[in-house]
Parts: sequence; structure tokens; C-alpha cells
Amino acid sequence: MSARANILGKLRNSLAGTTPRPDEFDERLVTEPWRYAPQDRIARLRSLMEAVHTEVHPCSSDNWPELVAGLLARRNLTNLLCAPGKEHGRALQTHFDATGQPVRLLAYDQPVEAWKEELFWNVDASLTGTLGAIAATGTLVLWPDRQEPRLMSLVPPVHIALLKASEIHDNLYDMMVAQDWAAGLPTNVLLVSGPSKTADIEQVLAYGAHGPRELIVLILEDV
Amino acid sequence: MSQRIPVTELSSSFRGRVEEALADGQLRSNFRTAMDSLMHKRASAFPDADEREGLRELGNRIKAGALSRLPDLLERLEQKLTENGVKVHWAETLEEANTLVHGIIEARNGRQVVKGKSMVSEEMEMNDYLAERGIECLESDMGEYIVQLDGEKPSHIIMPAIHKNARQVSTLFHDKLGEPETEDVNQLIQVGRRTLRQKFMEADVGVSGVNFAIAETGTLLLVENEGNGRMSTTVPPVHIAVTGIEKVVANLRDVVPLVSLLTRSALGQPITTYVNLISGPRKPDELDGPEEVHLVLLDNGRSGAFADAQMRQTLNCIRCGACMNHCPVYTRVGGHTYGEVYPGPIGKIITPHMAGLDKVPDHPSASSLCGACGDVCPVKIPIPELLQRLRQENVKNPGQPQQVKGGGAKFSRTERWLWRGWQMLNTRPALYRSFLWAATRFRALAPKKAGPWTENHSAPVPARRSLHDLAAQHLDHNGGRPS
Repeated sequence: MSARANILGKLRNSLAGTTPRPDEFDERLVTEPWRYAPQDRIARLRSLMEAVHTEVHPCSSDNWPELVAGLLARRNLTNLLCAPGKEHGRALQTHFDATGQPVRLLAYDQPVEAWKEELFWNVDASLTGTLGAIAATGTLVLWPDRQEPRLMSLVPPVHIALLKASEIHDNLYDMMVAQDWAAGLPTNVLLVSGPSKTADIEQVLAYGAHGPRELIVLILEDV
Repeated sequence: MSQRIPVTELSSSFRGRVEEALADGQLRSNFRTAMDSLMHKRASAFPDADEREGLRELGNRIKAGALSRLPDLLERLEQKLTENGVKVHWAETLEEANTLVHGIIEARNGRQVVKGKSMVSEEMEMNDYLAERGIECLESDMGEYIVQLDGEKPSHIIMPAIHKNARQVSTLFHDKLGEPETEDVNQLIQVGRRTLRQKFMEADVGVSGVNFAIAETGTLLLVENEGNGRMSTTVPPVHIAVTGIEKVVANLRDVVPLVSLLTRSALGQPITTYVNLISGPRKPDELDGPEEVHLVLLDNGRSGAFADAQMRQTLNCIRCGACMNHCPVYTRVGGHTYGEVYPGPIGKIITPHMAGLDKVPDHPSASSLCGACGDVCPVKIPIPELLQRLRQENVKNPGQPQQVKGGGAKFSRTERWLWRGWQMLNTRPALYRSFLWAATRFRALAPKKAGPWTENHSAPVPARRSLHDLAAQHLDHNGGRPS
């Protein structure tokens, strides 16, 4: 007998003569306490994210590349990983070219194995889009893809995330249902609620444990 | 001079370890501070009692519902994961699980493994198993890393190095890594970050646990704050997740309340920094992520707990650690004293199914039954009730078939006869009256030593007159009326 057959056999044996409990999920419990008026959503998201050391900047679809240039300059960062194939990647490139920014734009356009060393030690910052955010918990939702792979939001010490104000949901349940996540998930879905941190030594909070030390969220208020 | 508790030198008996822990001022102060803070954080995370209770009830129903169809859900999970390209393995024992993991690593000629936090891998003692076979298995959770570097085991399931203070970590990093001494926690963490970053890059295989396995979508969900879990499951070419069979839930939506209960109960956070949902290996058009993802489903006694409808409730556990944070016993003796992988109240009720109750016979009674653990449990496991049940299983006649593995270890024929006598005495009025008569008349003959009781108390001496006697006299004086 295989381990599988033994385990399932024992479990079935123990359940003999019983009926499965009905599905008693009550969605009100995970939605009603977490509803916000549209104008309060950004404030809620912002206060929760700022409470865990996230930098949040309200901006617009016109001025955000300029803001990025300023954020990088202030930190003396020399390069930025972003997706040139995406709309926001192109917008950034155009702005940086036009204004002669000293920052080198890098693309994640080859398998990680081909440039692991560089990605891990030489990339200063990254910029990605988001699928949206969750006001209830102060959370960004990322669905990494070919152009913005999984490690892009994890390995560089500074992560800048673009968020459209219209894509902020009240709570995770609403977002899952609205986008029908149950129908199928991509390889990786990430909920990100701040920069990497740990409290493993004496419960003292330290940021930048293994992932980004800084998370910067740009909220595009006009889209 | 740094104080620490080297596990290997701890007393071999539970009672001995309790004595040692109680006498260790540094240890007690480290735990007291940490537990007070964790209790406070949890309370702040649930400001609305109605919301909290509603969510706990929902959490209980989701887990109980999943357990009521566990074999079907496991099959569904396996099917969906397989469709997604994840290889699913089953292990009845720790040895089988270790063999499976070792086999997967060997097939890739792997020599370096980097591990995210996983209590199941602690259960398996995977690090030692792989080390004996020439494979380095490095812990990457900061707390686990510190504990591993010092040759210790975790003392708390969420905060493995909670028994150490910054000075102790500083000394450790200085001795083992040659780093300059500093008690600045930020600097200490940066030492860990640098060292482990190199290891993530080099690792052949990443190992992780699983917080929830979602049958509906074939998804493994992991929560964490550090990012080491994401590193371990994304950077190395192979990812092996190990988990207990009880971690499966039916639907994706089920994780909404469960994650909220988990992170708020464990750390007082509305959500952890990262919630990582993995539904497969790297697809042909993707540029990172492991080429292979494996899931090892471990039984190790869980199906035994499952067979008993009452003890089955132990499988509701989502490993938040709130029961230990609120336990007056755990706070005073710390996690190592229990001598098992899972300490504290939850450890007391799940270890018997894994190791056998005869291996931990003193654990169920190392509790004041104050009820705090049950009150805070996010999935409403009635821990005090289960502790009482285990106390009963402990004293069952070992000659009889046992309902709990290793039951009957504390059975004593003398004790059994004493209780029989006590029962007889108290259920037969004539016998009881003669006993009272004799006890009051011959009170001078009462034994001066009454076992462990008289080690710390004076021996009980029967009164000159019984309460019955006094009451009867009192009623006589008042013409039969109580005054």
C-alpha cells in the first residue's frame, strides 16, 4: 500500500457514517466591518501603510515620472529596474530621456539565472505596477508576469509601486470576487503591505530584513 | 557574560527542565517581556469584541468543515496542484518525508538548501537528516537562523529566538561570524541579510512550509514579514513545500478570514508584510521562479488524532502561537522546557499524537486550566477540555486498548484502588458515618507524611468533631431551624 492510500484510507475510515458539514461561510463577517466611503479609501490605505514605514505619494498620471526622478536623486540611486514593455515603463523612459536623468533604466528581460549576481548586488531600485490595493489592511496586490517578474519587487533595496486610485478595493474578499480569482490564479500572487521587516530579535522592529528596505507607493489619483 | 540555554545540556526530564527554567532570571525576563508585548499587540488588533468573536466562529467552522471532508479535499488539492504543474508527495512518517525530500534534492545533485520557516521541517528534523547526507540546510528566517547558528531549537513557533536578547545575538554573531559586537538590532539584522543573501543566490533547493493549501485553485499560501519565504520559494531552481495534511482548506475565499485571524492573533498585525500565493512552477514564458515545485503532505500521527472526534479538533490549529503567548506556564518556563517541537498549550495537545502520550506524560498536567489558551484560540480549539481528556487517557489501564497513542503511562494500581475506596466511602452513608466516627476519634493517628503534599504543606489533621456533628448540634439548639 502506498502512503497516499494508507493516509486517505485511515481518514475515510474515521469519517465512515458521517456527513460533511455544510458550507457555513458568512461573507458579511469579512466584508461589513471593512467598508469605506470612496473618498476614505485612500486615506485608510495611506495611514495603514505609513504606519509600517511605507512612503506614500499622491500624484497624477502626468507628474509621477518626475516624482520618481526626484525620489531616486534624493537617495543618490544610479539605476532603476523597470519594465520597458509596459505603459508605465515607456512613460518613465520618455521622461528620463527628455530630462536627461543620470539614472540608468534596467530591464528584467532575461531569465534570472543569466544575471543573478547583478540583480542581487547591483540593482538599486525597482518600479512595478500593481493589480490594485486593499484599504482594509493597507495592502498592495501584485500579479508578477513576464515583464515584471517575481523577484523584481523583492530583491532591490527600494521598491516603487504604482497604484491607480480607482483600483483600491475595500477588502480582500471584495477584490477576489470582483476579479474572480477563484477561476484561476497566476503562478504567483503577492499581497505586499510594507517594506520587509523582522522583529525576531527582542521584538525590536527592523526594516529591510531580506526584501526591500523601502517601499514607496505612488497613488495616481486621476486614474 | 552571556547567558543562554544550550538545549543539549538541559536536564533530561520535564520536571528538571522546569526547575532550571524557573531559576533562570534572564530567560524569565526575556519571555515575560515578549509575551506581555504579544498579548498587548493581539488585544490591540481586535478592538471590536463582536467582530473578533464572529471571525473566530467563522474560523472554527471553516476548519471543522474542511476536516469533515478532509480526504476529498486532499484529493482535490492534489488534482489541482498536479494540473498546475506541482508534484504532490505523501508521507506517513517522518522517515518517509525525509526520504522524499532527500530524493528530490539528490535528483538535482543539490548540495545547498535554503529554508523558509517551517514547523513541519522541525518536526522532521530535516536539517540534521540532510546534514548527515552531506547537504547543507540553512535556515533563513532571522530567528531560525540565529537559533541554528547557536545549535539550538526554536523556543516559540512564531518567534524562534525569543529567548535571546540582543546582547546574546551580538555575542553569537561575533563568535560564529566574526562580526564586531553591537547591540543595535538594525545592525544585527543587516549582518543576517548580507550573509543570507549570498546563500539565497547559491542555493540549489528552497524549502518552505505552508500556512494554507487551497484545494479549489491548487495554491500554497505562505505568510511572512521578512521576505525570506519569498526568496526561498522563488530564487532556487527547486522549491519543496512540506506541510501537514490538516492545512488544506476548500476554497480560496476561506483564507480571507483565516489569514486575518492568523496574523492578528500571532503578531497583532492586520496582515503580514507578505502573503505569498504560489500556484505552480515557472511557466515557459516566465523569467524567474523555480522550475520544479513539490508538495510533501505529511501525516505523522495526524490521522490518529483525526480518528477521535474530540481530539480531531487539534487539527484546526493554524499555528499562530497565541495560546503560548497567553499561557502563564509557558511564559514562566519558556519553549525549550517542553522538550518537543511544538511547545505551550498547543504542543501539549498535538505532541501525543506525534510522539505518544507516554513520551510527554507530565505535559497535560503542567497547566492550571486557567482557560486563557482556549479563550484566545482563533479557531476555537477547546484546549483546556482536551488537556483534561489527555489527563484521563494518561491514567487509563495500559492493558486496555488506548484511544490516544501512548495512553496509560501514568496508570497506577494503588491510585486506582485509592479512588475506588474514596468512591465507595462517599456513596455508602453507613460506611461514611463509621469513617467519620473513626477519623475524629483517632485523629492523633493521622499520617504525618502524605506524599508530595507534605513537602510544602503541613499534614492535614481531621477535626475533633465532624461538620455533620456540629451542624446537627446547631440545629438541635435552634429547634431544627437554621439561624
